Amino acid sequence: MGLQRKDLLGLEHLTRAEIELILETARPMLAVLGRPVKKYPTLRGRIMVNLFYESSTRTRTSFELAAKALSADVVNIAVATSAVVKGESLVDTARTLEALGADWIVLRHSSSGAPHLLARQVRAGVINAGDGLHEHPTQGLLDLFTLLRRKGRIEGLRVGIVGDVLHSRVARSDIWGLTRLGAQVVLIGPPTLVPPGIEKLFPGVEVSYNLREVLPSLDAVQVLRLQLERQKRGLFPSVEEYSRFYRLDSERLRDWRAKPDLVVMHPGPANLGVEISEELANSPQSAIREQVQNGVAVRMAVLYLLAGGRTEE
Amino acid sequence: MSARAAGENLVVKAQILDEDGIRRALVRMAHEVIERNRGVENIGIVGIHTRGIPLAMRLAREIGRIEGVTPPVGTLDITLYRDDLTTIARQPVIRETKVPFEVEGRRILLVDDVIYTGRTVRAAMDALIDLGRPRVIQLAVLVDRGHRELPIRPDYVGKNVPTSQREIVSVRLRETDGEERVVILERPAGDDDREADRVV
Repeated sequence: MGLQRKDLLGLEHLTRAEIELILETARPMLAVLGRPVKKYPTLRGRIMVNLFYESSTRTRTSFELAAKALSADVVNIAVATSAVVKGESLVDTARTLEALGADWIVLRHSSSGAPHLLARQVRAGVINAGDGLHEHPTQGLLDLFTLLRRKGRIEGLRVGIVGDVLHSRVARSDIWGLTRLGAQVVLIGPPTLVPPGIEKLFPGVEVSYNLREVLPSLDAVQVLRLQLERQKRGLFPSVEEYSRFYRLDSERLRDWRAKPDLVVMHPGPANLGVEISEELANSPQSAIREQVQNGVAVRMAVLYLLAGGRTEE
Repeated sequence: MSARAAGENLVVKAQILDEDGIRRALVRMAHEVIERNRGVENIGIVGIHTRGIPLAMRLAREIGRIEGVTPPVGTLDITLYRDDLTTIARQPVIRETKVPFEVEGRRILLVDDVIYTGRTVRAAMDALIDLGRPRVIQLAVLVDRGHRELPIRPDYVGKNVPTSQREIVSVRLRETDGEERVVILERPAGDDDREADRVV
């Protein structure tokens, strides 16, 4: 039993047992966050480095809180002020961080596959915090954990992923995680954002361009952030038009006969009023706040399991 | 311990306690707890996973039978407080820590099946103190097998059993193992002496 890995690069290549172990380990991690002393001494003296080549507040903060809740030390590298602007390569930067004692490097990078490259080059553990359009595994895990806590199971659930699936690394990690644990996944959005044939990449996944039609069958829905900068590229005609067909709000859930216990998730940050209404985002049906808190617990579980998995030392 | 005892070619060397022996030891320990604390007021009992928990519940029941007041019982998982995270080959699954009473200011009776190196108890005290500042912590164990590596001493002991480090003390309880007895097992030469204590 254990994660016999030094890195977490994506959910695509994790086994069901590995994913379940992480989710099971996240449960006691969540418990400590509600206590007066929000800390375990487990990783005392270890160092985690946040190396972010793209901006992020919530993921970086969540990793930082997770490491601190396990008593590890945290270093944040803001790329704009680092030697990266002097042309130091990703691998050189990581080797330097490793030489300074980093046990884990949490990497966010705009190139798909950057963490994989790094993982082969350094002995430190590499955790993918989002690489290009590829994966965002800890987000996928926290979505699974949130669903599991809300629904008591993943197996057999029918989960819709709505919006810009094409550009979403969150969607990819969600798809791999959900299907591996036996959920049915439906990708929903306009054809420009959910390209025809995408289902061939993900065995067992369905595609729908009609939210209204598919909504009543869903147990949960992950609403993706509409990346407004995409509109310039003409991938959808206007924000208003997108909202008309794909926005979720409470009235619409009722009129389109969604299940009353439909769980609504959003990886954040949400464009309130565009893909989801503010009122629905703050309603009891919404799991968005839980997702944030569960994110810390899941990242604690990942750090803990990777720490124990380093048997080569 | 028993996970290993079940699978590997360990030999039962001796039985130290049978069902009646366990029961009598717990009854005596319950009396000692009451006597030492002059009653049971403000006492909370905390069992350490796995076999400390049924023992904690039995002690609580016994104390309740004698005093007419049953102290509350909590459970403690100490995995995240261990000092050997990187040296254990496989991570133990973390189980539930549930202490349904205020630890702050309370007299805590910590319960485990066997005390050996003392590292589990050290971890348990750290875990407990993170939940609040107890007035006192006392320690009750069914078996003290010696070989301490830390300055820790139990307050209540079911049975002192001198052992060699080659031996394993296996407490088998109805709730966890379907039988009631304590045995000494011996493993073949060459195995790591301390592994058994780590998987507890």
